[in-house]
Amino acid sequence: MNGYTGKIIRVDLTNKIIKIEKLNMDYAKNYIGGRGLGSKYLCEEIDPQIDALSPENKLIFMTGPVTGTNATCAGRFNVVAKAPLTGTIGAGNTGGYFGPELKFAGYDGIIFEGKANNPVYLHINDDLVELKDAKHIWGKNVFETTDILLNENEEDAKVACIGPAGEKLVLFAAVMNDKDRAAGRSGLGAVMGSKNLKAVIVKGSNGIGVANALQFNKAVAEAREKVTANGVTGTGGGLATYGTEVLVNILNEMHALPTNNWQTSRFEDADKISGEYLTENYLIRNKACYACPIGCGRTIKIPDGKYKGVVAGPEYEAGWSYGASCGINDLNEINKANHVCNMLGLDPVTMGATIACAMELYEKGYITKEDLDGGELKFGDANSIMKLTEQTGNREGFGDKLALGSYRLADMYGHPELSMTVKKQEMPAYDGRAIQGMGLSYATSNRGGCHVRGYVTSTEVLGIPMKTDPLSTEGKAALVKLFQDLTALVDSSDICLFTTFAIGLPEVSGMLRGTTGFEYSDEEMLLVGERIWNLEKLFNLQAGLTREDDLLPPRLLNEPVTSGPSKGKVTELEVMLDEYYQLRGWDKEGVPTDEKLAELSLSNKGLAEAF
Amino acid sequence: MAKGLVVSPDKCTGCRTCELACSYSKSDTFNPKDSAISVMFYEDVGLQVPMTCLQCDEPHCVKVCVVNALTKDEKTGVVNYDKEKCIGCKMCVSACPFGNMTYSIRLKEVIKCDLCKGDPQCVKSCNYGALQYKELDSTLDKRKIIANQFKEAFGEGAI
Repeated sequence: MNGYTGKIIRVDLTNKIIKIEKLNMDYAKNYIGGRGLGSKYLCEEIDPQIDALSPENKLIFMTGPVTGTNATCAGRFNVVAKAPLTGTIGAGNTGGYFGPELKFAGYDGIIFEGKANNPVYLHINDDLVELKDAKHIWGKNVFETTDILLNENEEDAKVACIGPAGEKLVLFAAVMNDKDRAAGRSGLGAVMGSKNLKAVIVKGSNGIGVANALQFNKAVAEAREKVTANGVTGTGGGLATYGTEVLVNILNEMHALPTNNWQTSRFEDADKISGEYLTENYLIRNKACYACPIGCGRTIKIPDGKYKGVVAGPEYEAGWSYGASCGINDLNEINKANHVCNMLGLDPVTMGATIACAMELYEKGYITKEDLDGGELKFGDANSIMKLTEQTGNREGFGDKLALGSYRLADMYGHPELSMTVKKQEMPAYDGRAIQGMGLSYATSNRGGCHVRGYVTSTEVLGIPMKTDPLSTEGKAALVKLFQDLTALVDSSDICLFTTFAIGLPEVSGMLRGTTGFEYSDEEMLLVGERIWNLEKLFNLQAGLTREDDLLPPRLLNEPVTSGPSKGKVTELEVMLDEYYQLRGWDKEGVPTDEKLAELSLSNKGLAEAF
Repeated sequence: MAKGLVVSPDKCTGCRTCELACSYSKSDTFNPKDSAISVMFYEDVGLQVPMTCLQCDEPHCVKVCVVNALTKDEKTGVVNYDKEKCIGCKMCVSACPFGNMTYSIRLKEVIKCDLCKGDPQCVKSCNYGALQYKELDSTLDKRKIIANQFKEAFGEGAI
């Protein structure tokens, strides 16, 4: 075996026909798996100009070759589709246990096409693959849905599903798996809802083998040693001790924690929403995804109210979106709102950031009390977030407008400039004025505002693998390109991006070579990442996006940081963007040149020609 | 002196790398269904509990095995399994009071922990110390934790 199971499930929802087909190994060799392989299938099979919520869109679940092995943090899969929030290609990487179980059942991925005429779910138990009626779970939240499906099928199966938010086409609905893990961003859950597909439940009993056991064992042992010895990812390291929320105080100290919808960059009460505070007051124990030695997930308690119990804690970006971004310092309420996002199947980053945008629109007088049914919506009002989240997931009251995300909301009230988005998707918790490379990373991200497409915060803030000056633009274009290409490779092998705090291209490539038997050099592996990045870019160009979309909100370009070491700075985007396009081998409009495409064995015509 | 596996569920994060390491060392493929160790999750309290063979001193599995495929090694304490002798009757699966014997339909053999001949792979793979391989009559962690509480309570007076 070579990591791959060699089989794909294709589900025609319109005609309710299921086919098992061979994995296209040419695609696999050029795009590896996960995000890359899923994107290749999508680009070959849909017209980038279609409406993301139409039956013409396809929804693809794709694992990587290492998924289900003991490679470091190899328990992941990607959900790929054209994204309704951004109109770009969308790919969400998620952990938990679902991805490996799909491999154990004998499949590398699932392609859903068309639209079912009634709610259905897909049930997989090894060779048994069947569509079943989902009428009884339509309308149920993610936790209820999961429990009902486990109860009526195999109790030790794994479930991926949508909540009410996905059913009701909230533009930032998530595909949830194992209850509290999410392919969270860009509205992939709404694509699933638009197809009347409620859930996928899978159980498997087959093993996964690797091509070259000696090579694989050695590479995994080396990677594991580095991950467990590292100060961020290792035993007793920052992620294990405090979770991703460890970043709150770090970013706040450097005045790079966007506050009150990015009006300022430092939050007075940051310590009250920090990883340290979470650990001290709410943490029960760490929770890991499959095959993960890091264990950054938080099992926390909600001590009061209607959601009292043991739940998953917020990640840094979710804690920020409801916290500093809304000026809220009540971590208990943030934890509850985050839990509501998991139950209803919402992306908490966009949810919190959209509420923050609404707060500014209200305080500036653009949203009125009448719009809010007589209520108020002010920065710092902790009592509002849980209720607004519930209303959004169920599309009730003002939540029906929040369900469109901050760009469409602010635009509706005549002030799109107050939406802190790139390509209509909310940027997360790192101020691109105080961290220049992050500014460029946001602007050029192929799925809109996002931190995990090129996490140069790692070098600019944490000094990994080396420290660079966050206020300088010098060399940032090259760094962003390198991080984007490497991340595309990591997302496609499907290991967790967090491992790259400790390991780099040689270790990732080594594990991939041992698993697949592909005899690629490290450089050739990185070229796969660059190929994926360019393929995604071609999709976006053909979907109608231009250089004008590789832009930051005016606030980052025109309103300087008001305090701290970066006081007076804006994101110097234009100069970095020109250099970035040049380094990418793209023309001034951001279109890949023929030479670059030839180097990557890609064709700009390829996508369009099929239609 | 016999060493054994000491499980601390309070430290387990549920990464299940132990299941993968076990099946890979026994069958060359990653398959939790062929693992001699399994992790159970109790969601309402957020607790993960790894379960595996306890290497009983009076093993029921050995008693019911009519072909002597299972034998207790008095020196190491391990209950060993001999695939060559096994006829696949699965009596041992029924007899184990803890459900720690499993039969693999794929491999046509009993899946049972043998502590990897003194080098348990699950322990090696556990980054949080939820699984430890140690002398069973040495002072265990839990006892040390309780002892530490005495230190906290009475320690100051001694100084």
